[in-house]
This record gives sequence, C-alpha cells and structure tokens, in this order.
Amino acid sequence: MKLQEYHAKSLLQAAGLPVPAWSLAATPAEARTAAQAYLSDGAGQVVIKAQVLVGGRGKAGGVKLVGSAEEAEAAAAAILALTLKGIPVRRLLVGPAADIEHEYYLGAVLDRDARRILVMGSAEGGVEIEDVAASRPESIVRVHAHPHLGLLDHQARGLAFALGLGAQRQAFASIAQGLVACLLTNDADLVEVNPLGLVRAADGSTSLACLDAKITLDDSALVRHPALEAMRDLDEEDPTDLQARREGINFIKLEGDIGCIVNGAGLAMTTMDLVKLYGGRPANFLDIGGGARHEQVAAAMRLILEDPGVRAILVNIFGGITRGDEVAAGLVEARAQQSRSVPMVVRIVGTRAAEAATILREARFETAATLDEAAQKAVAAAVAP
Amino acid sequence: MSILVGRDTRLVVQGITGREGSFHASQCLDYGTAVVAGVTPGKGGQQALEGRVPVFDTVAQAVAETGADTSLIFVPAAGAPDAVLEAADAGIATIFCITERIPALDMLKVVPIVEAAGARLIGPNCPGATTVGQAKVGIIPGTIHRPGRVGLVSRSGTLTYEVVQALTDARIGQSTCVGIGGDPIVGSTFVDVLELFRDDPETEAIVLIGEIGGDAEERAAAFVAEHLRGKPMAAFIAGRTAPEGKRMGHAGAIISGAAGTAAGKIAALEAAGVRVADSPTRIPQLLMEAGLKPD
Repeated sequence: MKLQEYHAKSLLQAAGLPVPAWSLAATPAEARTAAQAYLSDGAGQVVIKAQVLVGGRGKAGGVKLVGSAEEAEAAAAAILALTLKGIPVRRLLVGPAADIEHEYYLGAVLDRDARRILVMGSAEGGVEIEDVAASRPESIVRVHAHPHLGLLDHQARGLAFALGLGAQRQAFASIAQGLVACLLTNDADLVEVNPLGLVRAADGSTSLACLDAKITLDDSALVRHPALEAMRDLDEEDPTDLQARREGINFIKLEGDIGCIVNGAGLAMTTMDLVKLYGGRPANFLDIGGGARHEQVAAAMRLILEDPGVRAILVNIFGGITRGDEVAAGLVEARAQQSRSVPMVVRIVGTRAAEAATILREARFETAATLDEAAQKAVAAAVAP
Repeated sequence: MSILVGRDTRLVVQGITGREGSFHASQCLDYGTAVVAGVTPGKGGQQALEGRVPVFDTVAQAVAETGADTSLIFVPAAGAPDAVLEAADAGIATIFCITERIPALDMLKVVPIVEAAGARLIGPNCPGATTVGQAKVGIIPGTIHRPGRVGLVSRSGTLTYEVVQALTDARIGQSTCVGIGGDPIVGSTFVDVLELFRDDPETEAIVLIGEIGGDAEERAAAFVAEHLRGKPMAAFIAGRTAPEGKRMGHAGAIISGAAGTAAGKIAALEAAGVRVADSPTRIPQLLMEAGLKPD
C-alpha cells in the first residue's frame, strides 16, 4: 500500500527525522489561511503540493511556489481543479518553501535477492533515482542494513563520508539510521526521502530536512498495524479493487473481454498468457487464493460480471490446498445469482477433481480437460456473435 | 533418494490439528510419507488423523520422541515465523513453510537465524516438495506424478501442478518436484535447488518455472551457464502479458520499469542454453529436443 506524502512525512517525523512544518488543505480558503500563517512566521515563500499517489506531480502542474496569501488561494484553486493521471486532486500540502543549497537522495528498500535491507544514498538528489541509476550508477552508494540490528553506526558514517557530507555528517548518519528504523517499525518495503535537502535558514545556518517522502507498506503486515491501515486513501481506490480486497481476492482489472478465475498467482498469470497466446484478451487477473471457499468463488464471479465488457469467463482451478468440489459448488451458487448470462468454460483438476466433475456435470457446465483447451474454448466463446 | 525428501524422511507437521494441516498431513501420510508426529501447543498427548499420528506440544518433544528430521508448517501467518524458528531450534534439518501472507520483514529476520542453525528452509508461501514414489511433504497433489528422472523447481504453487501434469501426460516422469515459494523473501532460491539437482544422480534433466519480478531467474540462468551446461533443461516464465507496475498477487510478481520482465528472463535463460516454452504443455517436447531420452 502506497502512502500519501503527508502520511509518509508523519511517519518520518515519528521516527525522529527532520521534516519541515506542513498543513493539510482541502479548499483554497484553507490553503490561504495556512499560507498566511507561514508567511507571517517569516517564510519567504510557500509551497503547495497536490496529495495524490502518482509520480511526476511537479511536471503536471501539481506543485506551485507562491509569495502571498492571495497567490496561495489562487494556486490552490488551480491545483484542486486538476486531475493527475486520472486522479482528481482532493487535498493539498501547504508548507514554508525551503531555501535549498543542495539536494541529496536517501532511500531504504527491501532487497529480495540479498535478503537484506538495502540503503541507497546519492549526492545527486531531487531527480528520479531510476534516472540517476541509469545514467550515473557510480553516484549511488549502497549499503545493506542488518535485519536485526538496523543500519550500524559505522555504516551510516561511511555513507555520509561517501556522499561528501561535511559539517552535516552526524545529522545525516542519524537520518539514515532513522530511515531504516522507520522501515522496520512500520513494516514498509520502501522508505524514500528525495530530496533530502541541505537548507539555509533565515539566519544563514544550514541543516538537513526531508522535503519529500515516499513510503510503501507491506500489505501482508497491515493486519498488525491498524493505524497504518487507516491511512489507506479510499478516495483513490478503484471500488472494484476495494471490494476484491474485502473478499480476500487478488484482482486486477485489465482491458480485455475474457474474465479469468484462477487459484494461484503464477497460474493466474499463465492463464492470462495462454488466453493471449490463443488470440484472446484477458479482462482481469484474478487469484482466489489458496484454500478458497465457495463464498470467494461466488464473490469472484460477481466482480467479473460487474465489468460490462466481459464476454466469456474462463475458470481454471488446479486444486492443491484448494478443493475442486468447493469451487464447483461456488460456481453453481454464483450462476444461480448471476445478473447476466455469459458463456463460461470450467476446468477443475487436482484435489477432489472427481467430486467437482460430478457437480459440474449435473449442473451442465461447459468443461475442459486442459488449460490449452479451456483457453481456446473461452477465446472462441468471446468472439462468437 | 533424489533431493530434499525421500524414503528416509521423518516428518513432523506443525499445525496438524488445523483445517489445512489435518487435511494435507493425511494426504502426505496416504502418499506413503513417514508422518511421525504432529505439533499443536496445548494438544500434546492427543492423536491426530484418526489415531495415526501422535501430537506433541513442542517440536523439541516431537524430535526427542520420534526422531523427526523434517518439518511441514501450516501455522497461520501470525505464528508461522516463530514456528520456523522453533523447528530450527529443535534441530530440524529441512523446514517447509506452506503458510502465505507472512510479512516480508519477519522472514528477513528469520532466514539468517535458520541459516546459522544449519537448517534449510523452503518457502514460505510454497507448495512443498515431492520425491515421486517416496515422500510428499507439502500440498502438491500426489496423483499427478509419474516416477522418473526430471527434477522440477518452481516459484509458483498451482502452476507447478500444471507443469507436472503436462510432464506426466507426456509420459515423462519426475525425480523430485520443489516449489520454493513466490514471496519476496524465501529461505531457498532457484540456485540452492539447482545445486542439489546438479549433484543428484537420479535427476537427468531439469524444468524451471519462473515468473515476472525480481531477478531470481536471471541468477538461475547464470548458475546454469556455469554449472549445468549439457544437462537437458526447459523453462516456463509466467507473466508475459502482465502490465507494468501492477502486483500480480504474489508479493514478488511485479514489473518495475525494465527490471523483472518476462522478456528479460527468457533472454537470460535462452542465453544459458535453456529452452523456454510459451505454454506449460510444450515443456515435454522441449525437454526431448534438449536431449532427454523417453522413459
């Protein structure tokens, strides 16, 4: 689950990292009030940023710098009228603009292959780190944090030296350690500060500050973090995705017309691949999970039929932990409640396949023996007039 | 004995009295696996699976009483990391964790401890392993195999069954089939299992089933190029049609930018001399072309 910038900043702050003050605004008037407060407090300029879970906000006009309360109100109105990559802007972050001397990059991410937490730093911050990695990979310094001990003192120091931090070395090292602690505490798989700014205060002194933040949480761990689950932005979520999650189904909507119901993620992807191989277009990725009960099967069917573009349904179940007869019973139940009639091809093999076959035969379902046959039949059904 | 599990395996099932645990432990037993013990804290002294398997409160007791050397875990996600560590603590040599949805950071912490204990962890979120005709430790349906000389390693669960079925239908038998799990952090990698197959005299050819995301397949390809040249091999990569930036169920299966794409993995495997199929059912033919002799 991706967090909005303001949520990510609040988690960084809780981990002891330096984050400049901010306010949240949902209307131009609120933005004006917040901006006025920062300007009266001595800020030369105020930054207004759209809070949406898409990249490239700045380029799309979602970030503006203003010098007065009036300008703040006008800029806020303009940004709130935007739709960025399909997402209408509903909230704004308002804060004092930083006087930036230099921009660094700092990130911590789960490194699956090394089975460690990878901490990356670069003196070339403020731009997409993927671009830096492609053009100047040597400018990114990498170090692995220990899964039990976090980022060790000497590792954090080493990172600061490698990035050429002078007077701010100590501050940088504690930020790097706090970043890893933040990842560990919140079960995040990514915590990124970009830019980490070296900023100048009105008195001319400089310090480090987290000017933007990105955090992605491990969905499997949300059960033990109810406060983080509450940060989920329901406004930005597709209602179908939301419904799928509540039913315990992995569902991703695609562009095609053949709905797929499969058990297991690898087999679900393979089913999509074969639909395509035989000339069809999958309407979705759908994994009913291991050990699915008949209620989940019925829910999966409802989700698929909500898409008016679906012209055929392919059910592919290879029972291991999932029992074929449960799925067959679920299909019978789902078809009885079905809102519209769509041709369906069912293939159930593996655990309790014989019992499933009996149920399907009695209910007169169209069946297939192999995945290739099922995919071909579904493609034929979808193109039939 | 092929690899990981076999005739000599003495299995303890952690979580044997639960819905999944009891169902699948009984399937393992019926297959012929020596299921010597079960563990459910608080149910020690009872009998599971209609009196066929004694239940203990702790893995240590089960090991002391029955000589169990392999563990199969069905404990729910909240308790599964501890169950793995309990098995390692009790001196279990090979631990299979079937449980899905374990937080990645839990496994990040568990894996180094298991390694330090000298144990081998397969999974989590995996279907286990079956050495055909000898022992089934996990949830791969026992009926789909045929004994033979092809070793199979996979990151997926049900897709593994699909490929095993395709091999059996083509009258190509298997030595051991292993699912390593689809999570970002797993105890054993493709390379770990390929090493075992390389040293196994009963495995003459190898099938690798991968999917989009990460670079485990690329690493496997590098190992194959260096250590398995000449062994007949075929592969299948799921997710050719998956859109970028979407997590396809498996926490691991995500394409980000150019990294982790099916095309990149297929190219790496082909460069290492592995034939890559566009449908699971075409794997048998590719194995024959690679030099596998019919049974």
